Amino acid sequence: MAENPKRMSMIVTKGTLDWAYPPFILATTAAAMGLDVTMFFTFYGLPLLLKKLDLELSTLGNPAMKMPMAGMHMALPNLMAALPGVDAAASAMMKNLMKKKNVPTIEALREIAVESGVRLIACQMTMDLFEYTLEDMISGPEPGGAATYIEVASNADINLFI
Amino acid sequence: MADVLLDAKGLNCPLPILKAKKALLGVPDGGTLEVLATDKGAVKDFEAFCRTTGHELVAQGEETGVFRFLIRKK
Repeated sequence: MAENPKRMSMIVTKGTLDWAYPPFILATTAAAMGLDVTMFFTFYGLPLLLKKLDLELSTLGNPAMKMPMAGMHMALPNLMAALPGVDAAASAMMKNLMKKKNVPTIEALREIAVESGVRLIACQMTMDLFEYTLEDMISGPEPGGAATYIEVASNADINLFI
Repeated sequence: MADVLLDAKGLNCPLPILKAKKALLGVPDGGTLEVLATDKGAVKDFEAFCRTTGHELVAQGEETGVFRFLIRKK
């Protein structure tokens, strides 16, 4: 197992609170199961590497987001979701719910990913585009581009685009 | 009596697995780790975890909503 572990790679393209979970849950779990894991952060996924995270989600255009409320499940109509402050309130509600249900924070999962030796690649083009540098990021990520990812992916057993 | 006991009750996916992996570092080769969890997904997950890592799932059971897993480190 240790000599020739299975490998998993992921392209992380989304940076909202809800979409941040699948890549970090899968990366930390795969690492715990002995896989070599690489995460490639690009476009809106890149800010997930920033030192300070302030993750939000939007209920706008997301009719599948039904929150448990008073024994029912409620979605927010788009017209209301578009009002100022609604995204912040929905994000706070989601964070409270996660805390109550003992779902780990993204910060905690990210720390475990780093501790577990998950390889983090920050898309150089995205950093240039959105004016970020490695100094803005937690320690650990290395810069890379499409070819860097393809090399990793071509040697991996599992490749995910999230 | 297991070498190490991990109480993961109340924790949700993926924390029971992640904490078990960490706890196994403190278990000698051939030693055992006992995990207590309330996450209903943990049953399938610990079976898969052990199949993939090669650790042996020696025993598992459930009592009043608490799942118990006994894992022998390979």
